[in-house]
Amino acid sequence: MTFLHPREWMETRPEGLYCKPADVFIDAHKPVPRVIVTHGHADHARPGNQWVYATPATLDIMQLRYTDSAWHRSVALDYHQPLCLNPQCSPKQQVTLTFYPAGHILGSAQALLQYAGSRLLISGDYKRRPDPTCAPFEVTPADVFITEATFGLPVFEHPPIENEIAKLINSLALFPDRCHLVGVYALGKCQRVILALRQLGYDKPIYLHGALVKMCELYAKHGIELGGLIAVNDVENTQSLAGEIVLAPPSALNDRWSRKLPNVLTAMASGWMQIRARSKQRNAELPLIISDHCDWPELLQTIEQINAPEVWVTHGREQALVYQAQKMGYSAQALSLIGYEDEDSD
Amino acid sequence: MEAFSALLERLYFTNSKNTKTAVIHEYLRDTPDPDRGWAIAALAGTLNFDLFKRALIKSLILERADPVLFELSYDYVGEMSETVAHLWPNAASEKEVSLPSLSEVVNTFKQADKQQTRDYLVSLLNQMTPAQRWALVKLGTRGLRVGVSARLIKRILADYGGQDVTVLEQLWHGIEPPYTELLAWLEGRAEKPDVSDKVTFHPVMLAHPLNESQLDELHLNDWQIEWKYDGIRVQLVSTPKGMALFSRTGDDISASFPDLLTDLNITGVFDGELLIINNGVIGTFNDLQQRLNKKKPSKKLQTGSPAGMVIYDALAIEGDDLSTATLATRRQALERWFDTQNDQRLLLSNQLKADSPDALRQLRTQATDGDKNAVEGLMLKRRDSVYTPGRPANQWLKWKREPFVIDAVMMYAQRGHGKRSSYYSDYTFGVWQEAVLVPVGKAYSGFTDEELKQLDRWVRQHTVGRFGPVKEVEKALVLEVAFDSAHSSSRHKSGIALRFPRIKRIRWDKPAAEADSVTTVAALIG
Ligand SMILES: [Zn+2]
Ligand SMILES: [Zn+2]
Repeated sequence: MTFLHPREWMETRPEGLYCKPADVFIDAHKPVPRVIVTHGHADHARPGNQWVYATPATLDIMQLRYTDSAWHRSVALDYHQPLCLNPQCSPKQQVTLTFYPAGHILGSAQALLQYAGSRLLISGDYKRRPDPTCAPFEVTPADVFITEATFGLPVFEHPPIENEIAKLINSLALFPDRCHLVGVYALGKCQRVILALRQLGYDKPIYLHGALVKMCELYAKHGIELGGLIAVNDVENTQSLAGEIVLAPPSALNDRWSRKLPNVLTAMASGWMQIRARSKQRNAELPLIISDHCDWPELLQTIEQINAPEVWVTHGREQALVYQAQKMGYSAQALSLIGYEDEDSD
Repeated sequence: MEAFSALLERLYFTNSKNTKTAVIHEYLRDTPDPDRGWAIAALAGTLNFDLFKRALIKSLILERADPVLFELSYDYVGEMSETVAHLWPNAASEKEVSLPSLSEVVNTFKQADKQQTRDYLVSLLNQMTPAQRWALVKLGTRGLRVGVSARLIKRILADYGGQDVTVLEQLWHGIEPPYTELLAWLEGRAEKPDVSDKVTFHPVMLAHPLNESQLDELHLNDWQIEWKYDGIRVQLVSTPKGMALFSRTGDDISASFPDLLTDLNITGVFDGELLIINNGVIGTFNDLQQRLNKKKPSKKLQTGSPAGMVIYDALAIEGDDLSTATLATRRQALERWFDTQNDQRLLLSNQLKADSPDALRQLRTQATDGDKNAVEGLMLKRRDSVYTPGRPANQWLKWKREPFVIDAVMMYAQRGHGKRSSYYSDYTFGVWQEAVLVPVGKAYSGFTDEELKQLDRWVRQHTVGRFGPVKEVEKALVLEVAFDSAHSSSRHKSGIALRFPRIKRIRWDKPAAEADSVTTVAALIG
C-alpha cells in the first residue's frame, strides 16, 4: 500500500481538525455529524454532535454536562482498543482510531489515526506529571505528532504539586481564622487538588461550591476516592468555615457567593499562576501553580520521546514551540485552529 | 536579601492599602538598619545605580537564552524582571545558600566598576530562586510596581512614627537613603532630621477636574480664574543656600534647564509652569516637546527653544513665608514682587475675568493652541484657599477644553504591561489617505475592563499578521478616539501627532470605510 502523508488526508476546517477519508472531526467546536472527542473540557467536548467517539469516562462527563444534547449516538472506546471508523470502505481506505491515555484529566485520551500506512497522533491536552485521578500519558510512535502548546514558552516550569499544596497547608496553619477559598476548574483540577491534599495527610472535610459537587461524584463513581466532601450549601453556619478549605470555580472567587464566607483568603490553583500579573488578575493572594498541562521542558521531552519527524503545534503559544522544535531538528508548523480557549481551559 | 524578596512578594499579592501598610510596618520593626532604609529607598524610587541597569540585565539574559524565545517570553510576560526570573537557568540545585544582606548588595553595586557589576549580578542570580531574582532585577530596573507609590510610602512612614505626612513630605527631599536618621526620629530615638541647610521641595497643590454640572452654582467672585498651561509643572526654589528646579513629584530637574536657572536673580519658592519662552512670547507645546527628556540639552537647543516659566503662585518671596496665607494674599505679594522684575524668562500668569457661567464657557472656547500657545483650558482657584499639598477637595479646579474626536480604524494591537500583560490593550489606529490607512496614534485607555475583554477577543480573532510582539488586525473595527490637540510631526507618516489619544467609544456598528481621513484630522492642527 502506498504511504500517504497525513497532510494529504487531514485538513483544518472552520469547525476544527478534519479527517477526510473517515469523514470525522476531532474536538470540533461546532456541531458536526461525526466527532472524536479527546476529553471532557468544554473547549474540546461540545454539545449537539450526531456521533461521538470518546472514552467511557469522557462520555460520562459529557452526559453529566450536556444531558440530552450531549450527542445523538455515541461510541465508547477504551484505551488501546483499535476501532475502524469507516468499515463500509475497502480495507485500503479504512481509518483506524486508537485512544491512548493523555494524563490530563479523567478519561483524557490521545487519538491515534492510522490510514494508508501512516500514523497521526493527536495529543489533545496532556501532561507528564503523576496524577492519581487519571491514567498516565503513554508514549506512542507516530509520523506526525499534533501537540498542544498551552504553556509553550520557556518561562513555564511548573513546581511539584506537593510544594504548592504545602503552601496552602502552611497558610492554614499561619491564618487559622481565615477561610481558605481556592479557585479550581470543576473538571480535573478540583479532584487533583483534593487528592493532593489527602496525600499530604489533610483528612478534614473539604467544602465545595455547588458547581463542583456533581463532578466529584462522577470521579468517585470511577473509583477515585476523594475523602469527605461537604457542599457549602449544606453548611448551616457558614461562619464555621473559618480555617477550612473551600473549593470553588474561578468565576465564583470574587462574586457575591464568596461574601458569605468568613474572612476569606483567596487562593487560585492554575498553571497561569506562575506569572504574577495573572495571579493579580485573579485577585489571588495565594497563587498555587498547579497545571494539568505540560510545562516547557515536558513539551520538549515529549516531542523527543515520540520522535515523530513532523510536529504540528496548536492550542496555545504555537510560535515558540514551533521555533524550538525546528531547532531540535523536527519539521514543525503551527496548526491554526480556532475555538480553543486561550486562558481558562487550563 | 531574603527578607526584601519576601517583602516584595507579600506587597505584590496584597491589594488593600491597610494590609500593605501593616506588612511594611512589620518589615520595619523586624529589619535592622541600614537594610530597611534601602528597602524604603527601593520602594520610594530613590535608589539608583549607575551600572546595574536594565541594559546590562538584558545583555546577560541574552547570553543565556535564545533571543527569539526571550522576545516571545518577554512579550508574553510583559515585564523584564519576571521574564529574567523565569528564564535564568537554575543552577543544579545545591543546598540553600544564604544570600548577602540588602545593604551589602546595594553597597557592592554602588562601588563596583563595570566588570565587577556584571560578575556580582551573575553570581547573585545564579544563587537565587526565581522569586528572589525577580526582586533583585527590580532593584536595577527601578519602578518596583508592587502597588506602593512614592506618596503611599511617605504616608506609611508617617504612620509608623505617628507623624503628619506633610511634615514627612517637607523633610523628604532633604534626606537620603538609607534614612537612618529619619527612622530613628520616627521611632522616637532622635531629633527630627535637620534639613534647614538644604534646598528642599515643597509638595505641590493639585486641582480636581471641574464638575460641569455644578458650574452654575459656583460664585465666580470667590474664584481666581487663569489659563491652564500645557507645559511642565515646576517648583523653583531659590534660597541663599542654592537654587533648584523640581518637577511636581519632587524630582530635581535643574540639570535639564540650565538656561532657566543661570544668573536668575530671585529668592523664594515659586510655583508655575515651565514653557518655551522666546523674548517674552510663549512657544507651542511642539516647541517644548524638543526639550522633554533631554537630560543635557545642547547649546543650540537652549537658544532655539529657551526655557522660561509662567509663575502663578509663591510659597515664599524674599524671606516672607506665604505658606499659611490665602491665595488672595499670596497673589498680591506675587504681583507686587513681579512688578520689580524684568527677567525675560519669567512671566506672570494673568487673571481672567468671567462674571457669569456663560462668560466662563466662552473663555473656555478660547483656550486653544490656535490663539494662545500652550493653553489647554482654564484653572479656577478659590481666593481663600491656603496652599495645601495634595489634592484637597473644592480648592483648585481645572477645566480642560473640549477634546477633539475622530473615527479611526484599529490597525495593530500589542499586549499591555503589568496587570494588563495578558490582554491586547495597546492599539495603533489610523485614518484614510485615499484608499490606504495611515497610522496617526496609539491609545491604551478610555475603555472599561469589560470593553478591554471584548477588544482583546476581537484582536485575537481578527489577527492577520504578526511582527514580533505586534499583531496586525483586519482593518474592520472603528474606534472613536478623543484627544486634546493635534500637532504636525515629521516623525509620523501621516504628518500628524495627537496628544493624549484615548478611546471614547468602540463603534462595533460602523463600517471602516466611513472612518475619518487624514485631511479631516489635519484640519484640527492648532
Ligand atoms: Zn483540557
Ligand atoms: Zn484544552
